[in-house]
Amino acid sequence: MLEIRDLHANAGGKEILRGINLSVRPGEVHAIMGPNGSGKSTLANVLAGREAVEVTRGEVLYRGRNLLALSPEERAWEGIFLAFQYPVEIPGVSTLYLLKAGVNAIRKHRGEPEFDAIEFMALVKEKLKLVEMDPAFLNRSVNEGFSGGEKKRNEILQMAVLDPALAILDETDSGLDIDALRVVANGVNALRDGRRSMLVITHYQRLLNYIVPDKVHVLSQGRIALSGDRTLALDLEKKGYAWVENHDGGDRATAP
Amino acid sequence: MAGGNKAIRERIDQDYKWGFVTDVEAESVPRGLSEDIVRLISAKKNEPEFMLQWRLKAYRHWTTMTEPTWQNVRYPKIDYQDIVYYSAPRGMDKPKSLDEVDPEIRKTYEKLGIPLEEQKILAGVAVDAVFDSVSVATSYKGKLKELGIIFCSFSEAVQEHPGLVQKYLGSVVPHTDNFFAALNAAVFSDGSFVYIPKGVRCPMELSTYFRINAADTGQFERTLIVADDKAYVSYLEGCTAPKRDNNQLHAAVVELVALEDAQIKYSTVQNWYPGDKQGKGGIFNFVTKRGKCAGARSKISWTQVETGSAITWKYPSCILQGDDTIGEFYSVALTNNYQQADTGTKMIHIGKNSKSTIISKGISAGHGQNTYRGMVKVLKGARGARNYSQCDSLLIGDKCGAHTFPYIEVKNSTARLEHEASTSKIGDDQLFYCRQRGLTQEDAVNLIVNGFCKEVFRELPMEFAVEAQKLLGVSLEGSVG
Repeated sequence: MLEIRDLHANAGGKEILRGINLSVRPGEVHAIMGPNGSGKSTLANVLAGREAVEVTRGEVLYRGRNLLALSPEERAWEGIFLAFQYPVEIPGVSTLYLLKAGVNAIRKHRGEPEFDAIEFMALVKEKLKLVEMDPAFLNRSVNEGFSGGEKKRNEILQMAVLDPALAILDETDSGLDIDALRVVANGVNALRDGRRSMLVITHYQRLLNYIVPDKVHVLSQGRIALSGDRTLALDLEKKGYAWVENHDGGDRATAP
Repeated sequence: MAGGNKAIRERIDQDYKWGFVTDVEAESVPRGLSEDIVRLISAKKNEPEFMLQWRLKAYRHWTTMTEPTWQNVRYPKIDYQDIVYYSAPRGMDKPKSLDEVDPEIRKTYEKLGIPLEEQKILAGVAVDAVFDSVSVATSYKGKLKELGIIFCSFSEAVQEHPGLVQKYLGSVVPHTDNFFAALNAAVFSDGSFVYIPKGVRCPMELSTYFRINAADTGQFERTLIVADDKAYVSYLEGCTAPKRDNNQLHAAVVELVALEDAQIKYSTVQNWYPGDKQGKGGIFNFVTKRGKCAGARSKISWTQVETGSAITWKYPSCILQGDDTIGEFYSVALTNNYQQADTGTKMIHIGKNSKSTIISKGISAGHGQNTYRGMVKVLKGARGARNYSQCDSLLIGDKCGAHTFPYIEVKNSTARLEHEASTSKIGDDQLFYCRQRGLTQEDAVNLIVNGFCKEVFRELPMEFAVEAQKLLGVSLEGSVG
């Protein structure tokens, strides 16, 4: 599904990613953990195609194709979804309208007929249940005046409707209380169907009590310092990120 | 990215598509302005004496006036002696039926999508089309006549209904009002006239379509709409002009009169040629629009979508004279490339409990400069007057500008006024978010801009709202990327 090789990338004039290697197979859920500034969000942004991040070396293959040659919307059409850490507000544009435009752009790309308003409404209403959202949300402007929890649920709703092949969740748990976390995690779990792959980016192991990953990677200073199964996340919680930094001593020496 | 940029560039190259010229023989008066020209125009139109006298008064007053300089726009000096003040397609002085209209002109309107022909008229829009200086054809007149509604060209109104014209002409915008209004009063060549009799609700949208065709021609049309007691009318105005390298002057006047319990809804989609990407050419649009809520409980509502013109100078206003009257102003003004707009409104509260609402949305892209200028004035007798104003600006890119000049003058302590203003920028974050959901960059810009304008668009009649959205999309092409 996803093959990242020796990926280097700059953001804001600084080298953030310094040689990421990662392989994700269809249906797998990988957790990416790491301290602040380790490059987690930069990795998510590179995969989704944010132009402010500049790839300087390496390659990313998605379903065998060169992902980096595609625009953000082309990636969306090909089934890549990013749940944003900070979902943006779009005044005057309803969530329903944005989502319908997105879904129909993707369907058009696939050569499928576009949904009309009635078909689309039926689809969305069903997905709303996944994230326990009130249908009234759909007619409110995208994320405008939403609480932190509502914004994150809205991201998961969009993921459910857009039905991606590869979903990247960028710190979807940050800022959530325990109830909202449960709702979001249940929504994500419902979308694990053995075919969809997911990259779950998180700072805390807490989320991984709800979304149990197949693999866990720990980022440190722009590289994957450790990989393992979910027990790695538990170890990490006990020992803290400093433990990883020590593991990664050699790399730190090369840092500028 | 590579694919996206190519698509954007292709769409940038898609130009102003209403820029074609129609090849018709025109009959014009000599360049320049003098008392003789004013007399000539009046004579060509076979006007009664009161019209000629009114024009001459206006002309003499105009010669004592100077062009205003307070507006926040810059443009080369206009040589008023180098303008042709009257141009009519030859043989078109008085078309009696649609068959007499030059086929070339009818083709023009077909290209513009104006329904002139009878079967298209059944779509429900009655159209008065003004081509340069002469009204070409007014559709659906018979149907309206049954209800006692008068909808015709201004010239025809002068001939057929001189009493009404004399009573209301200049009653809202006097010939002394301002430099451009005085000029218009002296030389205006045609326009539309509407009278809705007592208690009649006009069953369809009335519409005028203006088009400047001839080179070096100014267009000076004048619209007068009178809604008698308890009458209702919704009126639409659209405009285009061919692409020309030199600037053309458009100085129109619109007067609305609403008597007791009457309602007038006036909607404009202005798409005059804005000039090219370097700011060459384009229409100078200096327009005076004002409505008077003369009778108690009357209501006037202006909705404008201004996407065209090199310079826009217009302030559709309401004089809230009667008690419990309502004035509304909903505006979207977009400036791209080197366009400049200085637009807004005046709400003059005279009557008790008069209410006004101002919603202004300014969008600047490229090197565009967008100014909101508004005045809310509450006079002594206007007990309980209320105003709500909201002025929002949206910036696309970092070379454009947005400016807001709200003036407030209150002489009655019971008045309540609210003013809100905001300036925002289309952020990379918003664009990226939409693109991540599958929208192209252009679609993302359109979506965000349309969201920004929503409060205004929902005031437009349905078909107009759709047209306005599309127009905004076309006008913004290439503004990001």
